[in-house]
Amino acid sequence: MISNFSQFFTLADYAMVLPIILLTLFALGILLIDLMVPAEWKWSNAVTALIGIAFAAGAVCKAQQNLRLMESPFVLSGSMIFDRITIYFFYLFLAGAAVAILTSVHYLEVEHEHRGEYYSLMLFSVVGMMCMAAGYDIVLIFIGLELMAISTYVLVGFLRRDRRSNEAALKYLLLGAFSSGIFAYGLSLFYGLSGTTNLGGIGQALARHMEANQGHPSPVAVLALLTTATGLLFKIAAVPFHQWAPDAYEGAPTSITGFMSVAVKAAGWAMLLRVLVWGLYPLRSVYVPLLIFVSIATMTAANFAALTQSNLKRLLAYSSIAHVGYMLLGLIALASVQYPAPAFFDGLKGILIYLLVYTFMNLGAFAVITSLRNKDVIGDELDDIAGLFQRAPVAAVMMLAFLLSLAGIPPLAGFYGKYFIFLSLIESQHYILAALGVAYSVFGLYYYLKIANAMFMRPALDQERLPISFGMKTALGISALLTVFIGVYPEPFIRAVNWSLGIVHSGAVAELMR
Amino acid sequence: MQPVATTFFFYLLAGLAVLGGVLVITRRNAVHSALALILTLLSLAGLYLMLYAPFVAGVQIILYAGGIMVLFLFVIMLVSIEKSQKEEQFNKLWLVGLLAAIALGGLFIGVYVKGKALFPEAKVVLEEGNNTQGIADYLYGHYLFTFEIASLLLLVAIIGAVVMAKKRI
Amino acid sequence: MPQNYIPIFIFLAVVGILIPLTLLAAKLVRPENPSRTKLMPYECGIDPVDNARGRYTVRYYIVAILFVVFDVETIFLFPWAVRYKALGVFGLVEMLVFLLILIVGYIWIWKKGALEWV
Repeated sequence: MISNFSQFFTLADYAMVLPIILLTLFALGILLIDLMVPAEWKWSNAVTALIGIAFAAGAVCKAQQNLRLMESPFVLSGSMIFDRITIYFFYLFLAGAAVAILTSVHYLEVEHEHRGEYYSLMLFSVVGMMCMAAGYDIVLIFIGLELMAISTYVLVGFLRRDRRSNEAALKYLLLGAFSSGIFAYGLSLFYGLSGTTNLGGIGQALARHMEANQGHPSPVAVLALLTTATGLLFKIAAVPFHQWAPDAYEGAPTSITGFMSVAVKAAGWAMLLRVLVWGLYPLRSVYVPLLIFVSIATMTAANFAALTQSNLKRLLAYSSIAHVGYMLLGLIALASVQYPAPAFFDGLKGILIYLLVYTFMNLGAFAVITSLRNKDVIGDELDDIAGLFQRAPVAAVMMLAFLLSLAGIPPLAGFYGKYFIFLSLIESQHYILAALGVAYSVFGLYYYLKIANAMFMRPALDQERLPISFGMKTALGISALLTVFIGVYPEPFIRAVNWSLGIVHSGAVAELMR
Repeated sequence: MQPVATTFFFYLLAGLAVLGGVLVITRRNAVHSALALILTLLSLAGLYLMLYAPFVAGVQIILYAGGIMVLFLFVIMLVSIEKSQKEEQFNKLWLVGLLAAIALGGLFIGVYVKGKALFPEAKVVLEEGNNTQGIADYLYGHYLFTFEIASLLLLVAIIGAVVMAKKRI
Repeated sequence: MPQNYIPIFIFLAVVGILIPLTLLAAKLVRPENPSRTKLMPYECGIDPVDNARGRYTVRYYIVAILFVVFDVETIFLFPWAVRYKALGVFGLVEMLVFLLILIVGYIWIWKKGALEWV
């Protein structure tokens, strides 16, 4: 029996989890303050949320400076891992949440659902994401996943009077709960195989197990991997677990669709990387063929399905799924080679850069669609965006930039995401996959240009100017600026990603990779 | 201390759990299904007792059978279901579904029979009569951050329930 | 340890056998002459007016779901209470943080009127 419990939480641990603590405090504060705020002043909740995100970003910066002083990246008795990739993901989540909050204010006013709980739930969702990205214990990862997921279910159903929103929340909840259950079953099998809930311990036990079996995993390990992969792939909406995405994206409030497609996906990727690369690395001979199948199926199904969509949100949902297919190619490249090979780092670099550029270009695209909503127009369909150039020329040009970036056209940000992924594929000699990826990227250009065609070439259904609120303008400005800037001058961002991968050279992590 | 007639009790409880599960999906009346689910949950609590985990068994009964099944029954009460009693219980592809379930069951049995030797001896052996204390040691020691995040999870559940269900908030 | 639960099992077994046995015996012994009037649900002597399944308010559901969440919170209190001394002040502070977060939730639902019964 333990006699001294305070050994489990030291001052160093406190400094590292400060971002999470600050976000929690601000979210609780918004909940309580919202009770006293009158109806016209509800936007102050958004301001509080943004201030909370700013404080949390400051705390992440402080943690980043403390990183140099830590001998080992594990905090909280091994429950969390605080390396540079964690810091990178923290900044990414906070940026995504901030831009999504900026797009929400006017949208919620129009929908008459402007409540403080919205911002509170978004902050709780970010706390869950941080636990998923920093978690090194399968229990913490699972709880973080559930926290993020439940906040998102409620946010998707936030438009209580809209049937589509209710339906979207129900579908997302049912499929999400089901896949979380299967995921928990897989994790319990890994616990049974290794006797510990720590990802490092699981990795070592699996490495011993693979050695004892001459490189052939036992059926139980394969079953555990399959069930765990189900939960992981569901969250990033890869085929065949993508069915929830089009419906959830279409029915949700558009600002939440932007948030979901960006931050929730990044958190799903963080969890996927942590579990597959840090935890289940010895099983990579089993999951690489599985991922090859999943990524080809994802790219195919998503690109073909997006061709026939007329609803903008569904179209962008399928395009999100297609992007996940490209990112999975990066994961295949990184898992197909032995640890210190260049393809490993390029694959990881590709995924991280792709998530960064994808955050801003996708948020920008959804911000433009959110701004289409006004009193009588829902703003989802292709017809609603027709003639946007006459109604709001700046927004139309920005949307063109986002669409071209999503397609991967060079002087814009999306190109760099795809570049590193295809580079890593070629370095790991998956030439066919690289060719397929490029072919599907070109294929995807069709539906992005379909939207651009509607904006510029078709006449508008009503001629009045589209009012864009201050928050929306800020959000659009940030997204467009970063999309173009990263595309034209990617150096600082590539250097940031290289920095975040630096810790992978450390001895402790290298031990796990073998 | 030697446990008594473990095999008999295991098969009895497991059989009751499976019986409850089958009854859940085959009964037409939703309340009968809920009661069968309670049967399954109580048999699982018995299985936990056999594994020397009385706290988990108690939580299973208090929370699952006592809280969540009450929720189920409330929903059954709130939603009018006479229509569903007249509908078809299974759709036309029930045979395919049954074969798929049998195949999946066979797969699981095969995997576990072949891999039985892999699972290491129980790494954590909680002493008899100290289940709750053992759980406390882990929950408030090693897993304390997870425990605090779990409180956030409960809070989000509260917010979600009131936001979605209340007519005017 | 599980031997201590054998009396409970005997109790459940006796109940599980005795009650169906009694009902079965009653069913075999009694006469069965159903008629339309005898089978109608009793409504104070008059003919039944409406369907038994009317509309219920959703307040019952909200109370039930809040009960489940606060029940989970109570469950977390049990292990802490059992190891109270060993956990010391550290455990107390930890548990206070846990409870405070849920008290904020409680204040929120109180002010939102979810606990109103009228």
